[in-house]
Amino acid sequence: MTTGSAEKINGAKALIKCLEKEGVDILFGYPGGQIIPFYNELYDSNMRHILVRHEQAAAHAADGYARATGKIGVCVSTSGPGATNLVTGIATAYMDSVPIVALTGQVPTSMIGNDAFQEADITGITQPITKHNYLVQDAKELPRILKEAFHIAYTGRPGPVLIDLPKDIQNTEIDFYYPEKVEMRGYKPTYKGNIQQIKRAAEEILNSSMPVIYAGGGVISSNSSCELVELAETINAPVTTTLMGISSIPTDHPLYIGMLGMHGSKYANYAVQESDLIIAVGARFDDRVTGKLESFAPNARVIHIDVDPAEISKNVKVHIPIVGDAKQVLKSLNKYVKRCNSEAWIEKINKWKKEYPLTYKQMSPDGVMPQFVIEQISKVCNDAIIVTEVGQHQMWAAQYFNYRKPRTFITSGGLGTMGYGFPAAMGAKVGRPDKTVIDIAGDGSFQMNSQELATVVQNKIPVVVVILNNGYLGMVRQWQELFYERRYSCTFIKGSVDFVKLAEAYGALGLRAERPSEVGPAIEEAVRSGRPAVVDVIVECEANVYPMVPAGAAINEILDQVEH
Amino acid sequence: MKHTLAVLVENKSGVLSRVASLFSRRGYNIDSLAVGVTEDSDISRITIVVHGDDHVLEQVTKQLNKLVDVIKVSDIGGEDTVERELVLIKVAANVDTRAEIIQIADIFRAKIVDVAPKSMIVEVTGDESKVQAIKKLLRQFGIKEMVRTGKIALIRSPKKD
Repeated sequence: MTTGSAEKINGAKALIKCLEKEGVDILFGYPGGQIIPFYNELYDSNMRHILVRHEQAAAHAADGYARATGKIGVCVSTSGPGATNLVTGIATAYMDSVPIVALTGQVPTSMIGNDAFQEADITGITQPITKHNYLVQDAKELPRILKEAFHIAYTGRPGPVLIDLPKDIQNTEIDFYYPEKVEMRGYKPTYKGNIQQIKRAAEEILNSSMPVIYAGGGVISSNSSCELVELAETINAPVTTTLMGISSIPTDHPLYIGMLGMHGSKYANYAVQESDLIIAVGARFDDRVTGKLESFAPNARVIHIDVDPAEISKNVKVHIPIVGDAKQVLKSLNKYVKRCNSEAWIEKINKWKKEYPLTYKQMSPDGVMPQFVIEQISKVCNDAIIVTEVGQHQMWAAQYFNYRKPRTFITSGGLGTMGYGFPAAMGAKVGRPDKTVIDIAGDGSFQMNSQELATVVQNKIPVVVVILNNGYLGMVRQWQELFYERRYSCTFIKGSVDFVKLAEAYGALGLRAERPSEVGPAIEEAVRSGRPAVVDVIVECEANVYPMVPAGAAINEILDQVEH
Repeated sequence: MKHTLAVLVENKSGVLSRVASLFSRRGYNIDSLAVGVTEDSDISRITIVVHGDDHVLEQVTKQLNKLVDVIKVSDIGGEDTVERELVLIKVAANVDTRAEIIQIADIFRAKIVDVAPKSMIVEVTGDESKVQAIKKLLRQFGIKEMVRTGKIALIRSPKKD
């Protein structure tokens, strides 16, 4: 099937037209030899292109854009090193099921396989980290491939799709038709849950007196937060979320019990362990969540709602699997469920909440506790989109910020990519210019992509980076402190750079806070400036993330303090 | 436990590599793999013999189904199937042993496809047990080289209609 009449254009122009047809209005990329024809056509297009300073940032920015908006993010690079620089970003998106499309230049088809200059087998390299990828070998196929790529990235369990574009393909003239529909016999995701299974689940819920809803990133990506909250309120069950599921239910909701797993709340972990029924929605029983698998929730029956059948019973045995889109399944399930007899259970959990709250102690009179910084951010801009890097600050951001709306917490959960946050924040801000976007960073992570300060300044993307600067690669240092006799091997990074001057050198606003009283005002000033800003907060250098489930322990063996 | 999977895939370049790399990435072991085009030239059929428990088989099947180029995956191990494998065995042979090897080949309805002064090549077609049996008998003469195509299989049609 085709639309409109054919017109003769080259492959590069066809690509631009395909992107426009897919509603793409923003690209993150970096040009190079083998993608010049595409950039040449882009010159005449109305699409906005954000020129990053490293291709990795293009992939992360596309990812951040996708997570913040729910749309598909697009990144572009040249062949060889340009393409391989995207790899970490693509893997990040793959692990967290984020829909991005990556376009890479490639050497001309006649030279593929010859170890040509800047040649890399990027489809081979990205095979295990993409949902699907294409090496275009015939320019006539371009429109179909583009159509398929966007379809695959967005539907079912979302994920990254890469299209490798040899230079001669970009230059070849074709008759351009854009297909209206995709026809792929090997790709038909299931959306509607099996109704018998849904009824069985409703019955199981009714018979439960200690249920826990365990919500993951799938709730956010399928936009089913409302349905999730409705389910929780109808059946009267507590909700715990994974790191990826944070913001799927307001964190101040009375039924919310926080994150579970390694750095989850004590009460969430206790609740899951003692529960008689786990209702997993769009979550995958990751090892950071389950702890020691054999002793995970020993008395619980498990209902698992997921769009990806391969996640069912992968790690934990599932009693009632429901394959389908979380939104559709929850909508349907909500019609059948009734309030279950969980009053005593909720009471018990509320008691745990009071008994084991998330807290921290001031370590020195004038020192800034990192948790306090997160609380200040939460106070100063409660409506912000929070993006994080990876490490201690990420866990504190997960624990201490009050999230109210879905898609306001953006973090690399599965791959745990340091350097993700800043470029992802840039993408999020471009996608949601109406929102304050804050990258909560560590002094280690931020330095992995700090070159993007140039990008945000040049393109006037006012993201605020708040660095919890403790002079260490903190999470590794914490493990070294607790499990390696304080042998801080290669984790001390104090004095790396003056972040304020670094920001200023790039033309961004640089601020520093060294005392608790300075933190709130500095963040406020940065947000109010309307400029890209870096707030360097000097925090206690040996603060730890607690509570903590030691690796390999059951999740109810969660500690407030690890003895050493 | 061994399972035989019949995997119908798009007949495109790179598909076999996707299937093979999936096995290595997820840590599944392939015993044998045979691939060729089907009655529809756009579709290839990969016959994979894999060993593992039911959990492994379930995961293999689901992960294969996730590949966009995979059209259908069926576990045909439990079905009534015709299974065949082609094996070429180069066996050491001289004037004294040649006749005996020919005799063994005859019994198995195998063919002698090459004769040289010091060896001969036996072509065997059959299922796993037949291949094992002839291999065992030929071993006494000295197997110099052996090559196998991997198993292919088709489900028999119902005998009653």
